[in-house]
Amino acid sequence: MVTKMTQVKADVAEELTDLSQTFGNVRCEVPYVVAEDVNVYYDDNHAIKNVTLEIGKKEVIALIGPSGCGKSTFLRCLNRMNDSIESAKVTGRITLGGQDIYSKELDPVALRARVGMVFQKPNPFPKSIYDNVAYGPRIHGLAADRAELDDIVHTSLERAGLLKEVKDRMDQPGTGLSGGQQQRLCIARTIAVDPEVILMDEPCSALDPIATARIEDLMDELSEDYAIVIVTHSMQQAARVSKRVAYFHLGLLIEVDETNKIFTNPQHKLTEDYITGRIG
Amino acid sequence: MSSSTSQKVAASLGRRHRKERIFRYSGMLATAVGIVFLVVFFADLIGKGSSAFVQTFLQLDVEMSADVIAPDGEIDLTYADFDGLAKAALREQFPAVSGRSERRELYRLLSVGAGYQIRGLIAADAELIGTTQTIWVPAAANVDMLVKGNIDASTDESQRPISDAQIAWIESMQANDRLETRFNRALFTNGDSREPELAGIRGALMGSFYMLLVTVVLALPIGVAAAIYLEEFAPKNRWSDLIEVNINNLAAVPSIVFGLLGLAVFINWAALPRSAPLVGGLVLSLLTLPVIIIASRAAIKSVPPSIREAALGLGASRMQVVFHHVMPLAMPGMLTGTIIGMSRALGESAPLLMIGMVAFIVDVPGGFSDPATALPVQIYLWADSPERAFAERTSAAIMVLLGFLLLMNLVAVVLRKRLERKW
Repeated sequence: MVTKMTQVKADVAEELTDLSQTFGNVRCEVPYVVAEDVNVYYDDNHAIKNVTLEIGKKEVIALIGPSGCGKSTFLRCLNRMNDSIESAKVTGRITLGGQDIYSKELDPVALRARVGMVFQKPNPFPKSIYDNVAYGPRIHGLAADRAELDDIVHTSLERAGLLKEVKDRMDQPGTGLSGGQQQRLCIARTIAVDPEVILMDEPCSALDPIATARIEDLMDELSEDYAIVIVTHSMQQAARVSKRVAYFHLGLLIEVDETNKIFTNPQHKLTEDYITGRIG
Repeated sequence: MSSSTSQKVAASLGRRHRKERIFRYSGMLATAVGIVFLVVFFADLIGKGSSAFVQTFLQLDVEMSADVIAPDGEIDLTYADFDGLAKAALREQFPAVSGRSERRELYRLLSVGAGYQIRGLIAADAELIGTTQTIWVPAAANVDMLVKGNIDASTDESQRPISDAQIAWIESMQANDRLETRFNRALFTNGDSREPELAGIRGALMGSFYMLLVTVVLALPIGVAAAIYLEEFAPKNRWSDLIEVNINNLAAVPSIVFGLLGLAVFINWAALPRSAPLVGGLVLSLLTLPVIIIASRAAIKSVPPSIREAALGLGASRMQVVFHHVMPLAMPGMLTGTIIGMSRALGESAPLLMIGMVAFIVDVPGGFSDPATALPVQIYLWADSPERAFAERTSAAIMVLLGFLLLMNLVAVVLRKRLERKW
């Protein structure tokens, strides 16, 4: 057992010498979000190193990798959530539909209306179910009147597969729902703004298997309209929901490819070690 | 192996239980001591002060003589001898009293308030002139003290402020149902007075009210705004650390120092009026600001970051995050901090001494720049007075002050319970 661990570590150290390029294919057919040479620093900590990745329109891409590999950090670059961390510095270029999201002209508020986010832990506002979903449209002025807002709220809940369960108690607090329902409420809240991309940071890690399955079905449906970037620790989940998989390791993007290629025929030894459970 | 472990555990159990028992008993003892002190304090206070809520009154049949009230055909409210009318009415009840010194002794049963009261009646209704009215007027403080048993009639005449003759008259009035103790309205409607039976806390209450108004209007918005800026917007660096340390220090600065600051800045430099609730309020604002800022920052800090992230992720601006999500959740804590700060301000007397709010002020203040005093300072002033009757008023004023403090803390608890949101 001990010798095996040492063996893996030795392998990793050996592999680290040839990490200058990403294996597989970082490009995709219809790129929508394009990250070029992205680096993220937290003070002296170089958290993301030269990551280049294209994310297609209406594609589900899973970011996988061991803890601390930078996948969440990379995800947060895509809607500039790292802005609120003072020590964080992002270099490189990320474009959304051809527009540089780190340019001075682009307000992060406008960006986040286009790039929604679902968090690890369900975090509904301590407000009513209705107000939770209506909050985004309200602050962005998406509905002209009450009827239109009602319509947005209902459609969003419907698409998040929650409407049936909550339609009789829209005025009750969103925090009173079960964990899985809360997460679907958060998804409804995100799609109410009608973004172009949805970022999901381990959205099922706090949920039981049944709730997880529902969210995964939901992702399938949503992928017809949105690009979805999901960070996950579950290889099965990545295999089930994503079209492409990107494997991160120590801030480096090691390998990107079609999901079945990654899981059946990984190019890089680190990728193979991770998906076979030898590092993680 | 395991049997030896369980033996050792069993051996140590007795000692551990004993220690726990000692700890529990010492905790109970400490709580009991606290409760005993509190009970003794309240019992003493209520025992001494509750009698101040009633007051002795004398019944007089006052002849509203036109000769006295309107000597030149016109009502003279300024110089007419209303006192004389009360004295004449009292003299009528004791026809046997003759001679100047004996009469003067008799008149000393009356409070100077009797004359004021008759004047008030005439001022309100001139029709009363020429009639005879049966009215209840306040008795002098010494009469009140005797009736309440605070002066011992069995001591030697030279040892008490009331003579044997006076005691006889009082007893005779009591026998004729012309002496009564009634609710002491003057305590709540009058300002301060040299005469204990006429002294009230209205002036001090209004002074405190105006001061707290200034304090809440200034300290609440400034304190909350500062807390929001420091928590949500300010960069975290050496400067913000320095500010934080200073705010924490300010909260511990002795209050009299704030009084000195108020004297130097508001009165000497800014030339604001002394003894004014405005200046008092400004000083108390400075005093409560650190308390409010610290409480508000703690309340803001306790809002879970996941709520902020959720709002930011939806595209809310930082302002919207603060006002839509952080503020509503932090509000109960902020309000509690504010009310606790305010109740500290209400009980504060030292800084007010420095800005001249310790003066003897009879008029009830009608605004922010009128000379005024405050409830705790009034207590201090009365506690300093030699008259026996002021002692019970001191206790009564303390009871009123404690009542307000209790009320404010109750409001804080209720507000927190009602505004608190679960998630």
